[in-house]
Amino acid sequence: MDIAAGVSGSLAAIGYGLAAIGPGIGVGLIFASYIQSTARQPESSRMTLPFVWIGFAVVEALALFGIAFGFIWATGS
Amino acid sequence: MIGQAVALQSDVPFPPEVGDFYLPSIVPWDGLNSLWFTKITALVWISTAILIIFFLTAYRKPKMVPGKAQWLAESAYGFVRDNISIEMLGAERGLRFAPYLASLLLFIVFNNLWSIVPIAQISPNSHIAFPAFLALISYVLFNYVGIKKFGFRKYMRNSLIPPAPWFVLPILIPIEFFSTFLVRPFSLAVRLFANMFAGHMLLLVFTLGGFAILQANAKLAAFSVLSWLMTIALTLLELLVIFLQAYVFTVLTASYIQGAVSEEH
Repeated sequence: MDIAAGVSGSLAAIGYGLAAIGPGIGVGLIFASYIQSTARQPESSRMTLPFVWIGFAVVEALALFGIAFGFIWATGS
Repeated sequence: MIGQAVALQSDVPFPPEVGDFYLPSIVPWDGLNSLWFTKITALVWISTAILIIFFLTAYRKPKMVPGKAQWLAESAYGFVRDNISIEMLGAERGLRFAPYLASLLLFIVFNNLWSIVPIAQISPNSHIAFPAFLALISYVLFNYVGIKKFGFRKYMRNSLIPPAPWFVLPILIPIEFFSTFLVRPFSLAVRLFANMFAGHMLLLVFTLGGFAILQANAKLAAFSVLSWLMTIALTLLELLVIFLQAYVFTVLTASYIQGAVSEEH
């Protein structure tokens, strides 16, 4: 089979791009909820802030694992 | 002329690699490849020294009306004590853990800051060893505090057996074990490491990318300027990430301690 066009480069970049979708949506949801709850009840903003950061950190961890594993498994094949 | 251009082109190692994080030894001990004293080591020592000296001098003669240094030290410590420690752990336990959490936060902040300080330009935390050890300390700390309060059996029961119907427990207990005792320290370490690593990588890509564009074609100079402007913007983003990640690490440590000592799940 003749190859009409080819792309060269690391597949890990595409994989990481796909992997970043989920955490992207998740982080967006967290801050959206925080803004909404603060708009509804401004006095609760200080109370909910630690949970915002904890949730943000937990969700973001997945995207960061993607970066780390992209390099770890880069030499696989 | 062409040969010179090729030589120049090979001067800019364009796609930055993991190898760029392994800096050469400043003082070779035995053999050039013994990496016992690199820029990373030096930066950790310097940030530790700055921390110790700053807090010792700021608190040497505490005054009722604080001077600049004392004000800075007090507001940094006060921030951790009031906004993280006491808020997450309660008044009494919060006061007890405030010194550790404050030193943790400041140590991470100072080490992270090296990633945007000119000349230094790399954070020690972009090597997994430092975040991994900090995470290990937090891991040992929250387990120790929990075991000390409840005893080993009760602590395990508290942290592994959630209040749930008995027939889901065979699934829940392994998940709880996995998330509490395996994923927690791992994610704590990897989060800080990957943020610093990715930040350094981004800055490298845009800085070196500017040079690579310039050398590929001098007519594209406008794009390299754009690339360097991006570097400046990303440096500001990096500044945000530095403080955010230090805060997140500290808040998570506090929340793990809180989870270990709380009676109900």
